[in-house]
Amino acid sequence: MWYLSGEPNQTTMQKAVDAFNSANSADKINVTYFQNDAYKTKIKTAIGANQAPTIIYGWGGGGLKTYAEANQVEDLTSWLEQNQDLKKKFFPSSFGAATINGKIYALPNQYVAPIVLFYNKELFQKAGVQPPKSWEDIMSLVKTFNGMGVAPFSLGGQSRWTSMMWLEYLLDRIGGPEVFKAIFEGKPNAWMDPAVIETGTKVQELVSADGFIKGFSSITADSQADQALLFSGKAAMMLHGSWTYGAMKKAGQNFVQNGKLGFVPFPTIAGGKGDPKNGVGNPAAYMSISSKASDKEKESAKKFFKDGILTETVIDAYINSGSVPIVNGIEDKLNTSEDREFLNFVYDMAKNAPNFQQSWDQALSPTAAEALLNNIDQLFLKSITPQQFAENMNGTLGK
Amino acid sequence: MSNAISTAPRATARIKESRQTEQRKAALAWLTLPALFFFLVFAVIPLAGVLILSFTSWDGIGAIGAAGLDNWFSVLADPGLYNALGLTFLIMIVSWLVQTPISLLLGVFTAGSQRYRAALAVLYFLPLLLSSAAVAIAFKALLDPNFGLATGLGLPFLAQDWLGVPHLALGLVIFVIAWQFVPFHTLIYQGGVRQIPKSLYEAAQIDGAGTIKQFFHITLPQLKYTIITSSTLMVVGSLTYFDLIFVLTGGGPGNSTRILALDMYLRGFRANLMGPASVIAVILVIIGLALALFLQRLGGKDKQGSQLEGL
Repeated sequence: MWYLSGEPNQTTMQKAVDAFNSANSADKINVTYFQNDAYKTKIKTAIGANQAPTIIYGWGGGGLKTYAEANQVEDLTSWLEQNQDLKKKFFPSSFGAATINGKIYALPNQYVAPIVLFYNKELFQKAGVQPPKSWEDIMSLVKTFNGMGVAPFSLGGQSRWTSMMWLEYLLDRIGGPEVFKAIFEGKPNAWMDPAVIETGTKVQELVSADGFIKGFSSITADSQADQALLFSGKAAMMLHGSWTYGAMKKAGQNFVQNGKLGFVPFPTIAGGKGDPKNGVGNPAAYMSISSKASDKEKESAKKFFKDGILTETVIDAYINSGSVPIVNGIEDKLNTSEDREFLNFVYDMAKNAPNFQQSWDQALSPTAAEALLNNIDQLFLKSITPQQFAENMNGTLGK
Repeated sequence: MSNAISTAPRATARIKESRQTEQRKAALAWLTLPALFFFLVFAVIPLAGVLILSFTSWDGIGAIGAAGLDNWFSVLADPGLYNALGLTFLIMIVSWLVQTPISLLLGVFTAGSQRYRAALAVLYFLPLLLSSAAVAIAFKALLDPNFGLATGLGLPFLAQDWLGVPHLALGLVIFVIAWQFVPFHTLIYQGGVRQIPKSLYEAAQIDGAGTIKQFFHITLPQLKYTIITSSTLMVVGSLTYFDLIFVLTGGGPGNSTRILALDMYLRGFRANLMGPASVIAVILVIIGLALALFLQRLGGKDKQGSQLEGL
């Protein structure tokens, strides 16, 4: 099995594998760790060369679809039918990104990770302002914070998917989830929806008003400098994945522990169609079984899926690191955690959102996703207009 | 008398020698086999594979399907290709213009016998020891606009958005490439300068030529082939700059540092378009070969001839 390196998840997974291995000496799992970006390339190459590990870790969606269509991953539908207990353990919504043409090709695991608008409470107090509820609030906060010499929003723009999170929320709030659904289904001219163009316009409006920190396009998310800007008081707000909560708790010198980190849902946009309760992000992480593995290896992997991952210990470890595991019946555990305020916020979002949109770059095919990230980068640099953005992306439909 | 005795065995020895050279040549032909084998396995076969892939559509995972000339048409009609080509040549030319004078002068200096020369030479050669990825990560951290060198040293002019503004990022890429590769070319020039016979300089000194005249009339002409070698390495090498730019900017911001080699990688392994990526690979090979041939021609036909005739 291959897994992602980086804490706290690496330790959690290693402990789970160790526990499983000592209990099942006949079905030992070997795990190797890779850095996120490197893994994404490596796994593709390995699968293409028929050298894939038995357990394939991934994000579901468009990437999984490529594997399933090339018959590289096992169809787990009937196995899950036989193991109803296991299937019922997870949030039903988490199976969405694992299902391709009605068949389930991956088992959800880990935690739900919505994108959250974080803010620095201390800076907001100093400025005497409230967190934004509407686009007008955002624009006036931009003025306030720029006046104070603080960057309004932190952003690790070089990573590109960080900028994408803005588009995901804006498009949902402006045009509702149907717009991206049409894009996802490859409907003709789906990208030419006026909501896409308004989304692009809003982004450039924010860039022009110096909404993002100076130099945002040379900051990467991997270096976690974007988070450091927020907790060191150089930026007032940040739109980022809920997983940064745990990272900031660890690196932020008691910023989180002292209750200085605030979080709110993404604001509404006047005249927009999207429900303000809608969320975007990663519904879960996923694990598939390589169809090229031997029967014995497949059996071991299934056993590990059943008994090894998301055990009580693993669930506790995720909760302790500030994440909401995708299993039912964890309300009590969340309520007794020291991070209950944040955990319940995430849990509500995951459970009560009328629509929870999977991150675009995971949902779309790798070809379309790469074009998307490239065009988003240019949109934020203002080297293309919203109209050009929509046209460029429209050319990728069905690819 | 002594002459007559000694010539006879010498003549037979000569016959023996020529027979030996023929045998040696035959043996040498066999000796090229391993090299030929590796050339075939690691250069010719992959090249043929890429050529074939350029006429197929393949996502790197599923089945390979024939695509005819579709990839070629789509790549050649893509403005992204011409942007990448332009950037590649721009970086190539500017890099050559920046690196050649610096490494030539440093090479001449390090070949001399001044005080502290050895100590300084060691400093110049340091970047050569570092891997491109490490260099890129280090520069990225140093130039971070919020937490980098500028903040650490309190030098506000350094607090530019180096990697976030297209022309700054391009300039920075050229600078970092030069920083990394100048030592290598300095080493080549140092070797070249040390080969120049001292007697040339002594003669020039007697004729009253100063240091600058000596440089332009002896050192430079004598280094002709060294310059061609170094330029070939620089120019053809610049087609494959990849690791450094990949880590430093990833081709961004926008497409402002997306050179051909990077474009090929991103299309192939990020966007899963192996066909179009192979087309770019073929284009890269053609450009590389053409440039190498052109530079060899510059060297003239008497390449085997000596520059030291009359000495």
